[in-house]
Parts: sequence; structure tokens; C-alpha cells
Amino acid sequence: MIKRLITGKQLMITVFTGILLVFFSVFSVVSQEKANQLSEESLKCLECHGGAHYTLSDTASGDEVKLSMYRELRVDPLQLAGSTHGMFKCTDCHSSDYETTPHPVSVKFESKYACIDCHGGDEAYASFKFETIEEEYGKSVHAELLGDDFSCWSCHNPHYYKLSKDIPIVDRVAVDNEMCLQCHGNEIKFSDLTERELPILIDKHDWLPNQTLHFKKVRCIDCHAQQNDSIMVAHLIKPSSQAINDCVKCHSTNSILVSSLYKHEVAQQRNEAGFYNGIIMNQAYLISANRNYFLNIASIVVFGLTLLAIAVHAYFRTRKSTSNASK
Amino acid sequence: MQANKVYLYPVWVRLWHLSNALLCLLLIFTGVSMQYASAESPFIRFDIAVSIHNLCGILLTVSYLAFIIGNLTTGNGKYYRQRIKGYFKEIMQQARYYSYGMFVGEPAPFKINEERKFNPIQKLTYILIMYVALPFIFITGWALLFPEFIVTRLFQFGGITLTSLLHAMLGFLVSLFLIIHVYFCTIGHTVGSNFKSMINGYHETHN
Repeated sequence: MIKRLITGKQLMITVFTGILLVFFSVFSVVSQEKANQLSEESLKCLECHGGAHYTLSDTASGDEVKLSMYRELRVDPLQLAGSTHGMFKCTDCHSSDYETTPHPVSVKFESKYACIDCHGGDEAYASFKFETIEEEYGKSVHAELLGDDFSCWSCHNPHYYKLSKDIPIVDRVAVDNEMCLQCHGNEIKFSDLTERELPILIDKHDWLPNQTLHFKKVRCIDCHAQQNDSIMVAHLIKPSSQAINDCVKCHSTNSILVSSLYKHEVAQQRNEAGFYNGIIMNQAYLISANRNYFLNIASIVVFGLTLLAIAVHAYFRTRKSTSNASK
Repeated sequence: MQANKVYLYPVWVRLWHLSNALLCLLLIFTGVSMQYASAESPFIRFDIAVSIHNLCGILLTVSYLAFIIGNLTTGNGKYYRQRIKGYFKEIMQQARYYSYGMFVGEPAPFKINEERKFNPIQKLTYILIMYVALPFIFITGWALLFPEFIVTRLFQFGGITLTSLLHAMLGFLVSLFLIIHVYFCTIGHTVGSNFKSMINGYHETHN
């Protein structure tokens, strides 16, 4: 009966549409849940700051005007909801003067917090070592050359920031490198900070073989920052003249990547044999850094047995030649 | 002991063999250097090792293609063809000779002549190396030269990881083959006669 009513093609379309509907329903529920995490006060701010336009009303005349919201003042509600700081209300970090609309001039004079202002000296965040990060950043090329024009927020957007430990390494590389490329891959943003000409990254890295693969698998900071084992992510970005351009720094069993990018996974998965191939082999390939422990042992055994067999064979051959000669 | 001389290795085979040997040695040395690279004691500087390895790999592919074309167009290809029937028995005969017979003065079970350039074990080894291991090592090596064409993930492993593991394992296999090959070459009319034959083309056999 069913065959008569609908064709196979129609059935497929119906099933496919059904799947899509379920998918979008679930997705919208998830999205809704994320947006719901934002506080009432934050949602109020986002009425204007959450989109490209906002409406301003004249309370006396009742007139309304639709205006554009500057790009740098916009906050994506979804990303904010999914971020580490999403649970805070806007005025936890921004001046309470923002509760008045239109905002008074005083908001322009609010002091902006840096990471250390909230996270410094807090036992809950001790493992992040914000003090060391602050110290390292202070010595970085960004702090030295750009001073107050550069801050934590130049790289880390406080509205969207989230811990990257749960992100797969390949995606983490992309996220991390995107931070650098915000300025180093954008002439306009770069010129906001310096009068120097924006170097062409492809040309600057022309010594690097398989550039695309390196850019996909390695973070800029792995070569451009001084590694520090005590913090999760190195913050002492060095001048480009001091960047690592020695292949063996990565391509060896003591690879700097093992002490930076893969550090935490390595620490978790290192076994008694010091065998850290597990995580690295799953995520990337690095000549020599991820020599397979078991294959290494197997190759030594096979190689040794071959040489032994040859030695035994040669011994019997020599003995036979000697006995022939004595006859 | 008097020796018979049979012309088994024409000029093109000798030239191919020479280039093959040199390129394989360079590939093994640079491959080992890259695999065991360390900042403290680089055997060959990493970037130099990579460049030499890549170049030799490309040249070896060309040399391999010349070998295949040569085998197809000259009579050399026939030495790599084998009937399956009775082959196992022949291999066992040769294995017995290598592991026992030659120590007690038995004659070699398979005489080398213009019809039979390799003994059964030699033939099996050469077929496996030339027609199985080398094609795979070329495929994986070329894939690593163009990693963007390698599948990203396969069975929970990175595609590049698996490709490189296979490449390194095959490289190790070829290194083992080379050592055994050189040793077995000393089993000739004299210790050096097989090496000489790859220079002058004449294989010396016992009378």
C-alpha cells in the first residue's frame, strides 16, 4: 500500500527532511540553552551590543532612530554564552555607569581590567600561574615595543575566551594561530599598532619546508615564544630575529613541541617506558619526535638477530674453509 | 679451483645496480639520521638530510622505472618470473644448502647459468623487494613529499602518521635486505667474485 502512495524518492526526501528537522530542533534547543546562561542584565546590554544595529528612542518625543553599532562594540551573544566568562554580567567587569542609557561620558574613563586583576593571587587559578604569565608578557616584544597600546585583550577576546584544553590539538593550533593572524595577517589592524610594513608571512617563512603543513600543525608561539615549562602557554613572544629556525628543535625526541603544545597530553599519557607516542601519533606526525617505542625495540631485536645469524653462518663457513685447506 | 664465466649482467643492469646501491645507501644513512635526529649530536644536519633523502628518493624512483622498463624490453625480466608449482620444494632445498649443505661441502643445488640467474631464495627475496617493498616505499615516500594528498585520519590514527610509519618500516626492511644481500654476495666462487661480477658483468661459477 505504501508503495502505491509514495515513491522511494519521496520517502527518502521525507526521511531526510525529518532528520534535518530533528537536527535543527536539537541545535536550536542547544543554542537556546547557551543563550539562557547569560544573565538578564547581560541580555539587556546585548539588545544593542548583540547585533549590527540598535534602536535609540527619544523618551520625550517618542521618536526612534535605528543606528549602526560599531564593530568593536559588538558582542556575539552565542559566543559570549559559550565562553569562560559567559556567566558574568557585563557590569561585573564594566562600569556600572553602563546601566544608564544612553551611556554617560564617564564610561569612557573606566579602567580596563587585565587578566591578573581578577586571577592574580587566587588559589582557584594557581595552576594557570597568571603571575608568571604577566611577568613573561612584560618581557615580550609586544609589551616592550607597544607598551599600553597592547594588552591581554589584544590577543584574547575576554568576551569569547574559553579554555582550549578540551579542543583537539589540530583545532587548537588553528585557534591559537588565528590570534596572531588577527594583526600579523591583517594590514589594517597591524598598521593600527605600528608604522612598520606588514611582513609577508609566506615569504618570511620560505625557509620552512611544507609550509602549509607546518602552519596547520604548529602554533606560531611554538617557535616565536620562549618556552617555559612552568606555564601552560608561553607568553614571552620574542622578536622574529630570535625565533627558532632550527629543524631539530622540533624534530627530535626532545622536541620543544613535547614541552609546549603537547605538554599536558604527554604528561597524562606518559607511561613507565617514557613512551609518549600515543597522543602525538594520534594528533600529528613529527619525524623523529614520535619514534614508536615498540617498533624501536622490535627493530633493534630484529637487527641484532640478523647480525647474529650472519656471524654464526660466517663462522661455520670459515670453519669449513679452514678444514678444507688443512686437507 | 677453475671457474667458468657466464655473462649475466649487461651494462644497463650494472649501471642500474650501481645507481640503486648508491641511492639506497644514501637513503638509509639520511633516513636513519632523520629518524634518530638530536640537537646534541646530529649525524647529518637535519635539513641537509631531508634534502638528500628527498632528492635520492626521486632519483631512485627514476632508476626503478628504468629497471621496470629494462625488464619489460630485454630478457632480464624472465629471471624474476617463477612457477608456483614445486617452488616451495626448491626453496627448502636451497635453505637446506645454506644452513647445512654448504658447511659439509655439498654442491649448490641450483647452478647459476644463462637460464637461471638467481637461486630460488634469491629470486623470492628479489621479487619481494623489487615488486612489493619498493613500490610501497615509493608510494609512501611520494605521499610524504605531498602530504596534502594523504587522508587526514584513518582508524583513529593520523593518515600522515600511518604513511610515515609504513615508510620507516619498509625502509628498515630494505636496510636489512641490504645487509643480508651483501653478506650472501660473499658466498661466491671466491669471497669477492660476486662483487667483481657486478663490475665486469661475468658471473663466476665453480667448475
